[in-house]
Amino acid sequence: MQRQTLGRVYVWEIPVRLYHWVNAGSLVVLCVTGYLIGSPLAIQQATEASYAYWFGKVRFVHFVFAYIFFFNFMFRIYWGFVGNKYANWINFIPLRKKQWREMKQVIAVDVLQADNTPIETIGHNAVAGFTYFLTFLAFLFQCLTGFGLYAAMSKAWFPKLFAWIVPLMGGDFAVRQWHHAFMWFFILFALVHVYIVFYHDYVEGRGEISSMGSGWKFIEQEYHPVLKRQKPGAENKK
Amino acid sequence: MPHNIRPTIWEHAQAKGVSRRDFLTACAWMTAMLGLPATSVAEFTKALETKPRLPVLWFHFQECTCCSESFIRSSHPGVADIILDKISLDYTETLMAASGQQAEDALHDTMSKYKGEYLMLVEGSVPTAEGGIHCCIGGRTALDILQEAAAGAKAVICWGSCASNGCVQAAKPNPTQATPIHKLISGVPMIKVPGCPPIAEVMTGTIVHLLAFDRIPQLDGLGRPKAFYSRRVHDTCYRRPNYDAGLFVNSFDDENAKRGYCLYKMGCRGPVTYNACGVMRWNGGVSFPIQSGHGCIGCSEGNFWDNGPFYQHLPNFPGFGIETTADKAGVVLGAVTVVGIAAHAISTNIRKRKLIKEEMASSEDVKDGRAEQGGE
Repeated sequence: MQRQTLGRVYVWEIPVRLYHWVNAGSLVVLCVTGYLIGSPLAIQQATEASYAYWFGKVRFVHFVFAYIFFFNFMFRIYWGFVGNKYANWINFIPLRKKQWREMKQVIAVDVLQADNTPIETIGHNAVAGFTYFLTFLAFLFQCLTGFGLYAAMSKAWFPKLFAWIVPLMGGDFAVRQWHHAFMWFFILFALVHVYIVFYHDYVEGRGEISSMGSGWKFIEQEYHPVLKRQKPGAENKK
Repeated sequence: MPHNIRPTIWEHAQAKGVSRRDFLTACAWMTAMLGLPATSVAEFTKALETKPRLPVLWFHFQECTCCSESFIRSSHPGVADIILDKISLDYTETLMAASGQQAEDALHDTMSKYKGEYLMLVEGSVPTAEGGIHCCIGGRTALDILQEAAAGAKAVICWGSCASNGCVQAAKPNPTQATPIHKLISGVPMIKVPGCPPIAEVMTGTIVHLLAFDRIPQLDGLGRPKAFYSRRVHDTCYRRPNYDAGLFVNSFDDENAKRGYCLYKMGCRGPVTYNACGVMRWNGGVSFPIQSGHGCIGCSEGNFWDNGPFYQHLPNFPGFGIETTADKAGVVLGAVTVVGIAAHAISTNIRKRKLIKEEMASSEDVKDGRAEQGGE
């Protein structure tokens, strides 16, 4: 197998990379502060309440990052319509037959490891794209439930837009319970996501890990959008 | 029509020997309780001076009568009297003197005579299993009575958590299929006054609002009067500063409990419960659960029985068995994920070994090739 001829492809544009790291950072902050809100440490005692405000600060940080997370998420949706083809929304929703075919292939090659045919896709493969679509739904759910809970303690108009979710789910009890449970979705997602990135970089050698820093991936000649047109390379002649 | 000659509330009060001063005091008190500005006192007083008594039917279905018990303990000296006098309580199973045929007659008299005018108060949920046979009054099922009475009611007030969200009867496994009122009837203005029981002043306040202004009070998304249910117990709790400071009780017998720190970690449901306990308190403003050192159990929220245990902050997570919180389930799933990842990583090194070796070899070739070229 001749794989050594690689060409650079600029896959992740700056806004996509920025979105990714802002999202990753706020998810970490939201999970940590969210967990603390659900199960606070009892580190203070024998003092007067007027001397301390740490739990209030934890909640404040959670709310601030919720706003950052939400608008960052909205920005990514917008970028799905104006960004390059790797960032396009079509990658995330399997509407085309080709995506379903690729999903089967990815499951056979990367999950079950029953097959070694290389996956052609340069950006998100069909399984990855669909998984991100599910995480977007989880983002949406966390935003709805989170701001829904926040609406009751805020005078701002923005969280009030989400107040309807509370009666829909039958009260704060249920909303809080599900908001908390979905935190675990993000923790599990992060575990798998980080592993999969390392796995792809290890097996495919396309520079998967560094691509979210630089934007570049290294793609074999036969799949490279430009190089594949000048197919007859020197090594094919021998 | 007879209501033209019905005495107004003020006339009725005079007949009972209430002085003008006491009447005005009660009006001002009730206006304040409803959360209305002082400028509304005149309007409120005028309403009570000109309005006739409101015919009321108070039904008791699957319930424990704690709502009635709470109601008759309304703290302000005049209020319970005024309410019980000012409304014409034509039918209520637990308080009326009549029984049997007489009681049924009183009920049907009011329903036919004041069709579209009477106020319907419902205490308790309605069982629907097996045709509703689990709650029958006068040989008819609660469901039957409810539907007939609601058809001619001006408005329905759901007293307490049973009528508002099912409460204990509707807790799992709900053998009688106890159902809250809003799921059974529609087309009638409805007010939910949840709580197990609701605060007496909240109950009287809701009736008084209807009485004086002839329209239902402003309601929130779940149909509860905003005047009493717009804020969480947590928001009005006097222990709230301890919460913000991160000062928590860790067990009921620790030093922090003595200091009166926040009961959040003891499972207090204040942060998810909308009620006026922190403001109005109970028994004439004497105390409320948190003031007595016990967390709120969230008795005015839907499904509070199934969101237990009461002394654990995070409720049990449905579908994972008893005493499994979302965190326990999450840790188990996390461990499973890590094991899965490890297995996949090992499998990768076995099943993709050939592929990776080939790739390494091909890059070696390049290196060798360059070396050869360089050597040439």
